[in-house]
Amino acid sequence: MTTWTAVLLASALAFALKYLGHLVPASWLDGERTTRITSALPIALLAALVGVQTLTTRSGGVVVDSRAAAVGVAIVALLLRAPFIVVVVLAAAVAAGLRALGLP
Amino acid sequence: MTAALAPGRRRAVLRQSLSVAVATGAYGISFGALSVAAGLTILQTQALSLLLFSGGSQFAFVGVLAAGPAGAPAAIATSTLLGVRNGLYGLQVSRLLGVRGARRVAAAHLTIDESTAVGVAQPEAPAGRIGFWATGIGVFVLWNLATLVGALAGDAMGDPRTYGLDAAAAAAFCALLWPRLRSADAFAIAAASAVVAVLLAPHAPAGVPVLVAATTALAAGLWRRAHRDPPPPHHWDGEGEPT
Repeated sequence: MTTWTAVLLASALAFALKYLGHLVPASWLDGERTTRITSALPIALLAALVGVQTLTTRSGGVVVDSRAAAVGVAIVALLLRAPFIVVVVLAAAVAAGLRALGLP
Repeated sequence: MTAALAPGRRRAVLRQSLSVAVATGAYGISFGALSVAAGLTILQTQALSLLLFSGGSQFAFVGVLAAGPAGAPAAIATSTLLGVRNGLYGLQVSRLLGVRGARRVAAAHLTIDESTAVGVAQPEAPAGRIGFWATGIGVFVLWNLATLVGALAGDAMGDPRTYGLDAAAAAAFCALLWPRLRSADAFAIAAASAVVAVLLAPHAPAGVPVLVAATTALAAGLWRRAHRDPPPPHHWDGEGEPT
């Protein structure tokens, strides 16, 4: 699959979900179990992405490198209620700094 | 329909919408930079912000695709699963707006975390409608401009690792996850999902660990007692909890 196909397919599906929400009767998704799944879904996905992006390499290996330190700093920044852009820039700066010092 | 609103209230809602749009739009810069670092072209990056238009899904899409073009199906699946919540927002928003035809198409496209949060947080319906449209349009414009700036800047750089852009992506997912960790159950689901994904990474193709981990954590979370995670998850002033 080319990247363009993936971009357009993901975009079409994203819009379909949004539009579907505007079309279906609200009573469809009022169930307690449905609410639980739909609120837990982003939590599970984002946490998995944090884990993979922080601790794995492109070849699938598990490593602790400058990224782990950067994410640690990002978590401290989030605890201190730093805004999104500050958290992201800080993490990049920490990783870039450690690598400039010769760390992996 | 919006004429019933006092000019003072109208200004207050517009001001709130604008501040949310500026804050959200700003991190479109990091999306643009990360996307080109992941190997997408500037045009593909811009297409995502214009057409997909949902921050979390866009970050996830390029994050999974960064591992190589073979991850495309997993990238689409991850992005789509993250987009499910926009469908739920649509349920609330459609009742608030009551629009049809082309306006409903536009409203659907603008249904994201921020526009929904500002819209449903207003005590009166006319203010909610202004809040939704102003925030949605504001975020759309600023997010797309910022994406272009970030993509051009990212494209001008060399190896993204030198600038710590891989760590920036991890931090971005952390920051997107943060406001949702409001209960012990939410935290348990997140921890389980992250651990499973990392353990699975050496044994599965790119993108698959994320999907398997998320479904495993979901299944585990199903039989636990309900956790409270009020939709929409973002609060902008620290005290404006929707009631």
